[in-house]
Amino acid sequence: MASVTLTSITKRYGTVNAIDDLSLSVTEGEFLVLLGPSGCGKTTTLRTIAGFVEATSGKIEMGGVDITNEPPYRRNIGLVFQNYALFPHLTVFENVAFGLRRRGIKGQDLLNRVSSAIDLVQLGGLTGRMPLQLSGGQQQRVAIARAIAIQPALLLLDEPLSNLDAKLRYDVRQELRRLQKELGITTVMVTHDQEEALSVGNRLVVMNAGKVEQIGSPEELYRAPANRFVASFIGNANFLPGHVHADGVTFVVDGGPNIIGRDLNPQANVLMIRPEIVHIARTPADQSPVIEGELMARSYMGSYHDIKVKVGDDRFLDIRLPARMDEEVSLRLGDKVFLSVRPSDVVGIFDVNS
Amino acid sequence: MVQGRRLTERFGRYGFKMAVVLCMLFIIMPLLLVCWLSVFSNTIMSMPPQGYSLKWYGEMLRQPQFISGLVNSALIAAGATVGGLVLTLPASFALARLRFRGRDTVLQFLMLPLIVPAIVIGSALYMMFVAVEISTGVPLTGSIWGLTIGHILLTIPWSVRLVTANLIGVNPAIEEAALSLGATPFVTAMKITLPNIWPGLVAAALFSFVISFSNLEVSMFLVSAGETTLPIAVLQYLQWKIDPTVAAISVLQIVVVGTGLMLTNRFISLTKAV
Repeated sequence: MASVTLTSITKRYGTVNAIDDLSLSVTEGEFLVLLGPSGCGKTTTLRTIAGFVEATSGKIEMGGVDITNEPPYRRNIGLVFQNYALFPHLTVFENVAFGLRRRGIKGQDLLNRVSSAIDLVQLGGLTGRMPLQLSGGQQQRVAIARAIAIQPALLLLDEPLSNLDAKLRYDVRQELRRLQKELGITTVMVTHDQEEALSVGNRLVVMNAGKVEQIGSPEELYRAPANRFVASFIGNANFLPGHVHADGVTFVVDGGPNIIGRDLNPQANVLMIRPEIVHIARTPADQSPVIEGELMARSYMGSYHDIKVKVGDDRFLDIRLPARMDEEVSLRLGDKVFLSVRPSDVVGIFDVNS
Repeated sequence: MVQGRRLTERFGRYGFKMAVVLCMLFIIMPLLLVCWLSVFSNTIMSMPPQGYSLKWYGEMLRQPQFISGLVNSALIAAGATVGGLVLTLPASFALARLRFRGRDTVLQFLMLPLIVPAIVIGSALYMMFVAVEISTGVPLTGSIWGLTIGHILLTIPWSVRLVTANLIGVNPAIEEAALSLGATPFVTAMKITLPNIWPGLVAAALFSFVISFSNLEVSMFLVSAGETTLPIAVLQYLQWKIDPTVAAISVLQIVVVGTGLMLTNRFISLTKAV
């Protein structure tokens, strides 16, 4: 286990910076998630840490030691790949034993360490199988066992769940989290799936175009996104352009209602409203200002309803309403509805592009 | 699939099966004919057989040029196979793993020995060897080394194609996985990459061996008077006699190559590699 520090890492391909002056530190035992759209540089960053990509400039330290110029096989980093990358000609046992054998471990010691790694991912009894005889979920578990068997200083996960179907993805995700906690192993995971990132990461790094947009806990990123990119990438959000009134608490939406906020950034030119914080009613609530609107669309999603409300000319709000089992939803298209939001739930964002 | 039962569909199926059988016969016929001829008792290879005898097999063993030709051919083929693989393996790695300008050109260039007529390759090699010999004094013409070098040239297109195709089929991530687990690039190549392209390597070796073993045109220019290869010995024998001894030799050759193929196929599925 070790901390990892990237200092001003840049990776240039031709004239494009895949990673652009990126600095980042992963503390010991942390589960850090690199998150972003495809092509944002997250995988390149991971491969730079692993030693497969040589940074154009910058420095990587692990446990205080400069590893910038160390080849992958001297870094002691466990890697789990999106496509499992099991050795197809070796049994499950030999796959897991591969890294241990390279470290000169043999005999009873080897047996013990392989079987404890296999037990950790709950695959006992399958040690004699060949990788192709296993299901996708089992293969990914073998890959995880193989990576942790060497007791790496750092575990890197490259979209480890993307090839699994939804149910399995959930199971393996829980297992990864449990393992990471149990072993206390410093972990960096790359994903483009924000839900996955929110559920496993201690800290999230949102990347875009080779740069870090924001680093923070899942709650910080969701509740206080630094900019519009982060706000729209993590979760869903409504963005209303406008400006903050001189009183400091009223956000004046262009051509639309005024919305009361709290501690608004005086420079904010966009107001973010998450779909699930909007209260919707058929009659105006007596508290706080209310936004009037017309119900335009509604779709039932099982555990919630997605609702679209027209609140002005060309201005719509997406609302997410939790569904109850016994509920008779009486809202009909075209109904007049009254929306309200708690001042502490809306977030003012300064967006350079608007 | 449920097959159609209309008359035209049935006839179509029978017609297709017939075509397959005919094609197979067309391929196997010469082999069967040679086996049949080798047991004729006629002193001149001709139809119909006047009787049957195994004496030509004995005659074959009494001809020293056939035995030494067989040994030479086998040695040269083995050398050409090993030499060819040693040369083409790194080339195949580069072609399969690297993206560089002119990659296709290099691949086409390595295919040239297939396209240029073997007789042209033979004569060109002969002239080059003579030139080398004159300027350096290294005796290449008429040596077993010169022959082997010539045959290596012939094996290159086959090895490059087969090995490259097999390498492309290997997931590069498994090599990265091995590296991350502490294997050096050399250990990764030996323990991870090679075992996964093994069928391709064996197939390439087999093709190379057969190509070299049966080559006549290139060898013709490069053999010396005393040391000949089996095909040359057969050709020379045929200039004076046309008795079924050559058929007996051909049967021997078929048996050797056929056994090799079947044995290999028992351990490695060649159909997967080619």
